[in-house]
Amino acid sequence: MPSVKIPRKSTDTDMTPFVDIAFLILSFFIMATKFKPEEPVKVETPNSVSSDILKEENALLITIDKDSKVYLNISSVKDENKSKLGEIIDGINTSRNLGLTDAEKQSFRNAPIIGVPFASLKGFLDLPKEQQGKITQPGIPVLDSLNNELVWWIAEAKKTFAGGRLLYLIKGDNNSKYPTFEAVINALRRNEEFKYNLITAQEGAPEGTELFFDRLKK
Amino acid sequence: MASIDSGGGDSGHKKGPGVKKAKKLSTRVDMTPMVDLGFLLITFFIFTATMSSPTTMDLNMPKDTEKKEEETKVKQSGALTVMLGKGDQVYYYEGELEPTGANFKQTTFKGIRDEIIRKKKEVISSYVTDPACEQKARDKGKKDPRAECQDQDFVVVIKPMEDATYKNTVDILDEMTINAVKRFAMVKISDTEKDLVKATEASTGVK
Repeated sequence: MPSVKIPRKSTDTDMTPFVDIAFLILSFFIMATKFKPEEPVKVETPNSVSSDILKEENALLITIDKDSKVYLNISSVKDENKSKLGEIIDGINTSRNLGLTDAEKQSFRNAPIIGVPFASLKGFLDLPKEQQGKITQPGIPVLDSLNNELVWWIAEAKKTFAGGRLLYLIKGDNNSKYPTFEAVINALRRNEEFKYNLITAQEGAPEGTELFFDRLKK
Repeated sequence: MASIDSGGGDSGHKKGPGVKKAKKLSTRVDMTPMVDLGFLLITFFIFTATMSSPTTMDLNMPKDTEKKEEETKVKQSGALTVMLGKGDQVYYYEGELEPTGANFKQTTFKGIRDEIIRKKKEVISSYVTDPACEQKARDKGKKDPRAECQDQDFVVVIKPMEDATYKNTVDILDEMTINAVKRFAMVKISDTEKDLVKATEASTGVK
């Protein structure tokens, strides 16, 4: 009987184009992304149609987490020794009579984020750096308008950065309550600061609205 | 899969004795582990990276003033007061709040956009030419002074309650940008309004 010969084909596939694609995607991701900075406080920011990209500048970042606790973080660019931060903690130390040691002041320069009232600042700065990022901080008291401690921080930062530019960034969580936000704004207002940037995630303009058509024209 | 093809050395050509067979090694390398590695790195980058840098939204607050004449005056006909309650609910009224609360209405964030658009159209349609404003716009080099001035009376007053979240606040500010509302203000809620919102919340059972 004549049998039909089926030629045996190799199951080996050439993987080279696959590698090409994989590395192409890889290089895209390396170039298009930035590493997530370490976040001591988890915050989910709301979306907004605003498309202004956040610039890296001297900034005083006020974070409000989902339990409406307030944290503070001051970043100064082109300041290797963080001398500005040193000036701020020196000022706070004198104005609030905290009696901080040099080691504690040094600790402030490297602290990831500050979310403690003045009364427990000394204790917080005594902790080693790894622990500062891990412990749950009670938040800076803001809601009591007579004892809005954020006012002092902002005043000191404003004094230190006087003459230069300092952005006031507010990064709030979706679920934080409005009164905390209002208290933060009030703290800024009491320092005669009226311009703030709210950190948001981007979303498109809804179709059919004025902004949508406006952007379409451009 | 993983195999380096070493065959092909003995391809049928008989060589004489003493001639050493040179084993021909294939130059083909198995790419599979490399693909694995590539995709592993891709996954790593996807997880550790942030795609878009965060955006910011500008917010300018007015300076507090004690003087009456410095306060911004709002025409009742063009005012829309929006209150933010709990459970993402929005309450609003036009002009002045009636003592009976008859013009006090409830909606959601979806509904408030239509309301803003409707109110804006209403204000624009009742615009009476304001020569002073149009002259100002012309001096500033604006092409269409009428368009600059026709919605000058339209003001949205935003009054968030204690139960409103930060997301609600940003959403309503966003709504101002979306609908090109030029004048809006964030104001503390009054007790009458607070009571009205609370009563509505109690009757509708919003949590």
